[in-house]
Amino acid sequence: MSSAVAPGRSTNWVRGLARWEVLLALILAALVWIGSIVSPFFLTPGNFSNLTVAVIEVAIMALPMSLIVIAGEIDLSVESMVGLSSSVLGYLWAAGIPLWIGIPAVLVIGALGGLLNGLLVTRGGLPSLVVTLGTLALFRGLALVVLGPRSISQFPPEFTNFGFGNVPGTPIPWPLVVFTIVAVVLGLVLHRTWVGRQIFALGRNQGTARYSGVRVVRTKTGLFVLSGTIAALAGVILTARFASARADAGQGMTLTVVTIVLLGGVNIFGGSGTILGVVLAVFTLAVLENALRLANIAAELQSISVGLLLIVSVTVPNVARQAGQAFHRVRAGRSPPSGSIVPGE
Amino acid sequence: MISPTPPIASVIPSVSPEAAIPLRTELRDISKRFGATQAVDSVSLDLRSGEVHALVGENGAGKSTLVKVLAGIYAPDSGSIFLDGQRMVIRGPANARQLGIAVVHQEPSLFPDLSVAENVFLGHQPSGRFGSIAWGSMRTAARRLFEELDVRLDVASPVRGLSMADQQLVEIAKALSVEARVLILDEPTASLSAHEVDRLFAIARQARERGVAVLFVNHRLEEVFELSDRVTVLRDGRRVITADTSDLTTADLVRHMVGRDVTMFPKVATTAGEVLLEARDLTRSDAFMNVSFSVRAGEILGFAGLVGAGRTEIARVLFGIDRADSGEIRLAGQPVRFDSPAAALSNGVAYVPEDRHQEGLVLDFSIASNVSLPILPRLFPRLFVHRETERRLAADYAERLSVRSTGVDQLVGALSGGNQQKVLIAKWLATKPRVLILDEPTRGIDIGAKAEVHRIIADLAASGLAIILISSELPEVLAMSDRILVMHEGRITAELARADATEEQVMFAATGQQAHGDRPTAPVPTVD
Amino acid sequence: MNRVAGLLGRQREASLAAVMVVLGAFVATQAPQFLSASNLSQVTVLASIIAIAAVGEAMVVITRNVDLSVESTIGLVAFLVANALKTHALSTPEAMAAGIGLGLLLGMINGVLVAGFHVPAIVATLGTLSIYRGVDFLLAGGHQVTLGDLPPGYTDPAIASVFGIPLFVLIAIAVVGTTAVVLRQTRFGRQVYAVGSNPVAAATAGIRSGLVVFVVFALCGLLAGLAGVLWGIEFGTINATAANGLVLQVIAAVVVGGVAIFGGSGTVVGAALGALFLALISNALILLDLSQFWLQAIFGGVILAAVSADAALLRRLQRTMAENRSR
Repeated sequence: MSSAVAPGRSTNWVRGLARWEVLLALILAALVWIGSIVSPFFLTPGNFSNLTVAVIEVAIMALPMSLIVIAGEIDLSVESMVGLSSSVLGYLWAAGIPLWIGIPAVLVIGALGGLLNGLLVTRGGLPSLVVTLGTLALFRGLALVVLGPRSISQFPPEFTNFGFGNVPGTPIPWPLVVFTIVAVVLGLVLHRTWVGRQIFALGRNQGTARYSGVRVVRTKTGLFVLSGTIAALAGVILTARFASARADAGQGMTLTVVTIVLLGGVNIFGGSGTILGVVLAVFTLAVLENALRLANIAAELQSISVGLLLIVSVTVPNVARQAGQAFHRVRAGRSPPSGSIVPGE
Repeated sequence: MISPTPPIASVIPSVSPEAAIPLRTELRDISKRFGATQAVDSVSLDLRSGEVHALVGENGAGKSTLVKVLAGIYAPDSGSIFLDGQRMVIRGPANARQLGIAVVHQEPSLFPDLSVAENVFLGHQPSGRFGSIAWGSMRTAARRLFEELDVRLDVASPVRGLSMADQQLVEIAKALSVEARVLILDEPTASLSAHEVDRLFAIARQARERGVAVLFVNHRLEEVFELSDRVTVLRDGRRVITADTSDLTTADLVRHMVGRDVTMFPKVATTAGEVLLEARDLTRSDAFMNVSFSVRAGEILGFAGLVGAGRTEIARVLFGIDRADSGEIRLAGQPVRFDSPAAALSNGVAYVPEDRHQEGLVLDFSIASNVSLPILPRLFPRLFVHRETERRLAADYAERLSVRSTGVDQLVGALSGGNQQKVLIAKWLATKPRVLILDEPTRGIDIGAKAEVHRIIADLAASGLAIILISSELPEVLAMSDRILVMHEGRITAELARADATEEQVMFAATGQQAHGDRPTAPVPTVD
Repeated sequence: MNRVAGLLGRQREASLAAVMVVLGAFVATQAPQFLSASNLSQVTVLASIIAIAAVGEAMVVITRNVDLSVESTIGLVAFLVANALKTHALSTPEAMAAGIGLGLLLGMINGVLVAGFHVPAIVATLGTLSIYRGVDFLLAGGHQVTLGDLPPGYTDPAIASVFGIPLFVLIAIAVVGTTAVVLRQTRFGRQVYAVGSNPVAAATAGIRSGLVVFVVFALCGLLAGLAGVLWGIEFGTINATAANGLVLQVIAAVVVGGVAIFGGSGTVVGAALGALFLALISNALILLDLSQFWLQAIFGGVILAAVSADAALLRRLQRTMAENRSR
């Protein structure tokens, strides 16, 4: 009943696009314009590289997170998986195991962590909020157990170059290539295949989805596995970028990931959202952070601004949705009385 | 057209504030609109102290809306409520209760984690010293209420885990716990046993003796005649008639409700083919026991019984949502075991669930997206959805079932109930099933749409589908089915051929009276 | 069977107490210093601070919400109280009262977001978790308040005791006791459970769910403020990262204490026992010379185990009841 995006060529689809994604694009354009005024360096290719790389891990993790939120769940554990991935990678490297074994190994660990989340949510019937809060502590704890307070460096230059460097001859950093690939693949899956349609159906109405033959357990578990794997990949990228593996890597990232997803127009209650919106949100946030830095605004303000952005990006559509729902409810006629008096959750 | 009843003023004596007139509750010209739907249109109703007033009407006639206005859940758009000639504005459910309006809602709305006693008294708990809650006297009072109802329930145990019938009894006790001037019973008997219904009626009569005005909303006309003094019929949000019950016959009531002679269901002439689905000794511990039956191609097998008899639970097992503890299911002779609806679907079993909104449709998906949802993997084996294919398929089925819409891109939520039901059936037909299970396929849709759905079901059977029809509407089951199975408390209590089945026989078996007479309330579970 | 359901909460408290006795006995045999007065006092004083925060969190969880911002509230209050004392802006009692008042204010902000603007609690408090901490960093600006900056004797209450019982423990007992009575014996308390147990029915019953949720968030903030003040007294040295990551411990205490994550059931006594249980584990790791790095992983494991056990128990219960009913 929301005004947000539903699949199919409904008028809602067009309206939803007209509202949120375009609005975001306008905000982004405005920020770029302000940035170019604030600092002469802003529009340089070097700065473009800087600003995207600064948020690349959260950007990559926001993509599978969007699918999870659209399916009606959430994964708070991603930031700890970044730490676990970084720690294990560093531990293995320090133990003399080559990266071509280490990297696949941490990706497998990410998948297993996601599998744990997924099974507890689907088979265990537990709310993903609490499950992933538990694994948020668990994965971070394991990272600490693996590496302790140490940090591992002296990674080979080919590896760290993957974090720092650009694709030769372009201002495009390697991690951005990874982001683009993941975004395109997930965008296609979500918006062009029936798997994506089933994900929307799950978030809209899980009962109906299940009765319609959607394999709820398999689909949701798969999404958590994807999220865990991508988080582990983000851990690898972070390790490469800082040329250092640490147990506390990624701390606090979940907040930014969730902020990007919701700022991108994904409905926190599930069932709607677009990858395009999330990609726009990534750049909006990246430009905002970059502009704040170039304007010499205190770093402390950034965590405040991200928090505010998160709340605002939910409050605004929420208030709009409530107005819309009140309208729909009146039109829908004999809806249960509950809806008319219960204030949300 | 039936001539409207005379205005309220001539029905009841004129109001004189100082005279010792009996307590009276009046609704005057109440209207309530939901968007395009005029749910209640200028309805007046007076409830006299010491009467049982029945409110009847088809689904969607406006009964529930009217009750909710009186219960303070909806504010009327226009019109007013008078208590003893005093104009009142009911500011909410709690306010309604303060004014002495007690409601037993159709659906129990209780707090599963709180105790039975607390559920009964929540909001007006007896207070002890310092205004704290007096738990002891609360439990005693609750126990007394249930004694009055002749029900054994542990008032200290939480509501979680009580049966629907017991929960309904808690609702009734809740309503009785306040000193009510108006007691509203909104279809309270659906899940009660015969004995419990008798007790409820006895209590309603007691309340009447005490001068309470009882408003009794019901579908079961025999109960209306048994209990009520006067009856008001609503149709399409308007009041058709208010009259003394004794002046009316069942046929009168039915005519007033539907406004025309009852439509005949289309007859089906089918030749049954081979057995497509067979169940042998199916048992699921908390739902049904030793259920065996078979359905042939081209046959409609009716499942009759009261709500909660275990019919939906059987359908859920056949469709792979739940699993049977023991027993066997055979599909075209082959034993099958579905672990998910997806598995049932790919074997040609389709289930049109009872709850359209929670289990049937995605309301904010388009018609096309709803119709294709169960067959997406089959339709698009290469993952990518081709919208044109999808729309053509949906348009084809929508046309065959004459769904009225602006096109297959319209959101299902914007359709009327009858058209939603047709989309739901279209969705399951698109899976090209061999066995189609329909669970209350005409619930909550208007009479015209009902007849259409019946025609569709008959056509489907004629085309060779095996159909299982679960319905609580006796005339529907009787008219549509080739054979009828009657269930009572998880067991099949009768199997009747079409020619032999009568409403009385089915009702007899559905209430299980043959088997073991009146069943007392469910025993209070204890720790073992 | 019904009685089992009723005991579900209380059973948890009893079994938790039993587990703690066993764990305590085991640790005592391995490390006799466990039973020393100073060790017991240290364990229980830390547990008291967590328990006070957990009581507030428990109320929020009972209404089917969650407050992730408690750690930032604790940290911000602890720093600002200490800073006010350092700069002599406020007297000691004034600073403490202001700290608790600040907690209340921060809780009320959460309450307005959740109950007023219908922002899901997880999103609202994830946001304020970051905002409150950001304000902390902004105001602290990398500085810290050390013991020497505080009035002499300021940290004495942390080691004070009455009849051999640490003062902080008595404060925690008072908080837990008062809250337990409020939840059990007042209409407001019952409304808290009603809102969490069935929000739809609560509305039909005329309960103003929004108000209840707002008050519960405000109280949670208030108790986090109190915990923040006590934190400052306990540690003396405070910087902007005080109580960082503490929220996981608080939530672990709540779920281990048997408060249902689906809302509607559980007690604050259970939550407080949960806090003590976690403090005991932490202490055991130290005394048994095990790596402290395991602590966080254990908290995570404990959360997962507790909620899984609750859900499994509930399912079995419902199944058994359904069986009883059908026969």
